Amino acid sequence: MSVSVLEVRDLARHFRGRGGAVALKAVDGVSFEIAEGSTLGVVGESGSGKTTLARLVMALDRPTAGEVIFAGHDLFAQPAAELARLRRGFQMVFQDPYGSLDPRMSVGRIIAEPLHLEPSAPRGAARRARVAEVLADVGLEPSDAGRRPHQFSGGQRQRIAIARALISRPRLVIADEPVSALDLSVQAQVLNLLMDLRDRERLAFLFISHNLAVVEFLADRIAVMYRGRFVETGPAEEIFRRPMHPYTRLLLESEPRLASGRRRARPAPLREDRAGDWTHACAFAPRCPHATMDCTARTPAPTALAAGHDVTCHHAGKI
Amino acid sequence: MSLALENLAVHLGARTLLADMSFRLENGATLGIVGESGSGKSLLVLAIIGLLPEGMRAEGRVLLDGEDLLALPESALCHRRGARIGMIFQEPSTALNPAMRIGEQIAEGLIWHRRIDAAAARAESLRLLDHVRMPDAARRFAFYPHELSGGQRQRVGIAIALAPGPELLIADEPTTALDVTVESEILDLLAELVAEARMSLILISHDLGIIAGMTERCLVMYAGTRFEEGPTERILSKPLNPYTSGLLAALPERAPAAGERRARRLAGIPGNVPSAGRLSPGCRFADRCAMAIAACRPAEPAWRALEPGHGVRCIRAEALL
Amino acid sequence: MSAAALESPRRRPPALIAGGAITAAFILLALLSRIWTPESPIRIHIALRLKPPLAAGLLGTDPFGRDVLSMLMAGTWTSLSTAFLAVALGLLLGVALGTAAAALRGRFEEAAMRSADVIFAFPALITAIMVTNIFGPGQATAVTAIGVFIIPVFARVARASALQVWARDYCLAARAAGKGRLAISLEHVIPNIAGTLLVQATIQLALAILIEAGLSFLGLGLPPPTPSWGRMLNDAQTFLDSAPWLAVAPGIAIALAVLGFNLLGDGLRDLFDPRRDRAT
Repeated sequence: MSVSVLEVRDLARHFRGRGGAVALKAVDGVSFEIAEGSTLGVVGESGSGKTTLARLVMALDRPTAGEVIFAGHDLFAQPAAELARLRRGFQMVFQDPYGSLDPRMSVGRIIAEPLHLEPSAPRGAARRARVAEVLADVGLEPSDAGRRPHQFSGGQRQRIAIARALISRPRLVIADEPVSALDLSVQAQVLNLLMDLRDRERLAFLFISHNLAVVEFLADRIAVMYRGRFVETGPAEEIFRRPMHPYTRLLLESEPRLASGRRRARPAPLREDRAGDWTHACAFAPRCPHATMDCTARTPAPTALAAGHDVTCHHAGKI
Repeated sequence: MSLALENLAVHLGARTLLADMSFRLENGATLGIVGESGSGKSLLVLAIIGLLPEGMRAEGRVLLDGEDLLALPESALCHRRGARIGMIFQEPSTALNPAMRIGEQIAEGLIWHRRIDAAAARAESLRLLDHVRMPDAARRFAFYPHELSGGQRQRVGIAIALAPGPELLIADEPTTALDVTVESEILDLLAELVAEARMSLILISHDLGIIAGMTERCLVMYAGTRFEEGPTERILSKPLNPYTSGLLAALPERAPAAGERRARRLAGIPGNVPSAGRLSPGCRFADRCAMAIAACRPAEPAWRALEPGHGVRCIRAEALL
Repeated sequence: MSAAALESPRRRPPALIAGGAITAAFILLALLSRIWTPESPIRIHIALRLKPPLAAGLLGTDPFGRDVLSMLMAGTWTSLSTAFLAVALGLLLGVALGTAAAALRGRFEEAAMRSADVIFAFPALITAIMVTNIFGPGQATAVTAIGVFIIPVFARVARASALQVWARDYCLAARAAGKGRLAISLEHVIPNIAGTLLVQATIQLALAILIEAGLSFLGLGLPPPTPSWGRMLNDAQTFLDSAPWLAVAPGIAIALAVLGFNLLGDGLRDLFDPRRDRAT
């Protein structure tokens, strides 16, 4: 039985506007588990809350409610020193290869940053050796440690970011759109690298993306996120081949694919992209072709369709 | 309307950023330009409409119905731009004037090019806004750009481009900054409008899926020059040069399906795109090419038509037939 | 990577070269004046009073027979040393305040910025006059009076730039590595705002020179016999018709020094343009 590296329970993050009223529920009740060595892909568009979710899981932001439990420790119940110590176990790769590396620092210093808190961290020559080791792991040269980020291409910078994420030998890596800013040919390289490292180090992965094709490739399980909640979760292949939630289907349909052939100039029905809310209704109802009166009156709850396949929809299983 | 590029090149001092770009576009045709970063695709567009950055100069000919745009003075170009060639940009948030209501921005082009009065322009703008499927157009007419979503702003961008009634539309990565569901709607809209007005379309994108869905012919660019041109369907199913086939193989949907799921790997192209204007002799792709041979190094391969309507820049294209 | 990233690389801007040359010249002059001047700038020679340029000394003599050129050189030291010290004071305290405000946010930020605003509300010269009146003229007072006014400038600039840096992903990555706000401020924020601060410092130096001259003009700067440009200007007032060189020399010196530092600031700002950080 594999151990849960990460367990998230009823996580919520509300942002308040002026006057204290809740203006935005970026994350609105999310629960999931990631077992050791397995990958959960979270798919969503802008406004889904996926980046806020990543920050909460990394304990870079405090939740309004809920818990994040890493390797059995409740992250937000820890004293600061203990939390800092635990951070070595989970690291993050950011989306923007140009903004995630300090332009004034050498690559070696950037990569070694997560080591600074380790009391037993290697220093001097031992540290340089460890940096060289991790640089080699990501396909770069040890001599690159002395260079500055602007001397590298986007793909190489992401490799540096990955090296930084791995140097402390974490058990969990959170990747927030790590390849979205890269060219296609480079994307493939970096994705392959991530998978090789994942398999070698038995890393658990939380992989966030807006691109279903990429996520399907990488993830064991997929969670589709809409306006702060998971609307469908299940095994990657299942979600891809037999999506059960209308939003998942919309995502799959919308992604431009080679196989789809020439776009039919069909009159696009007006879809008002109004901000939906989960409080008293299904947030997707305004855009849903199957919406009924019930959908705008009651909040749907997750329904288990099959083992490990949940859908949050009033018409679960019937469409 | 016909657009013909003849040996278009762009130089920055001693460096050549774009070389040997030629193609023809006839009335109503759709051409996709595919390239990664550093391919020069955006530079190509800027050269066509005469908006190259300071210090860069264009060489060659850009013939719009026989008239060379590169030889025209700025004043004449202004009349071609907008009236005959419309442009849609990538970033909807920076392509619109944040201090101006969107209705006015659409009307601006109408007044300048079609010389109609303000009231008529206003009515036409409203009609255009509706035509681009802006939800609740009458109310949104008076909105400022920041009050709209990304997709809505791009609809405004399209309306502005269409207002003077151009014969050619150039869209430079029009949906890259948008969510995928919105992207789909915008692309559908573009396809419909282009077909309806029988405009020609040049669509630039790095996304092969978008090119597949929107264009009849496509041109693949790499490191500042063209590598392959031909019918889109043909190029994406049976490309005749290793770069194009490498790109296709890198797509997740083309990943080999056989074998254990977690052992699957994507077929990437090793190495990086060479720096613009700093190329080694020979084929630009040779350093990264799985099919490179000694003959690829001494000189850059010339462009040749392998089949009617299908050209490549590769000496090993026959091997892929 | 967009076409804009390939814009022609700017050659070293003329402002930088001109400004750099002028400020370098003044700094060298100031340092030189500490060990040598053609004549003593303070010794009085009544016999040689009010001689025009080249009749006695390169730039003539003042009503007390003192060599104008030597006074000018010594005045350079006065102006520059006061200005540098004042800006150093303003920079150290201002940057500390602004960086801390950006790191701590919340009530501290409010309090810090509002205090900076209060100081800003007083016109520089009035503040300087007030302080000098309270503590008496002297270099320490001059430095404090001018420096205090410079603090809010740096506090604002530092805070605004620091906030931009905090929004970057690499600061988030540093937090993910467990670094505290102080460590991040020192290791990530300050190196990345250093360029902006340097530009601001050169501009404030120009301003400080001007204020010091103003204070000296009003008799509130360093007391005689320490030579200073402002006081030279004041003394020259009654002799504008009979001995114009007495006003022209310090006047040009002040104008040129201020111009030099301003040009240097402009040149540096162009050099530190954000496009520099983009990948090639």
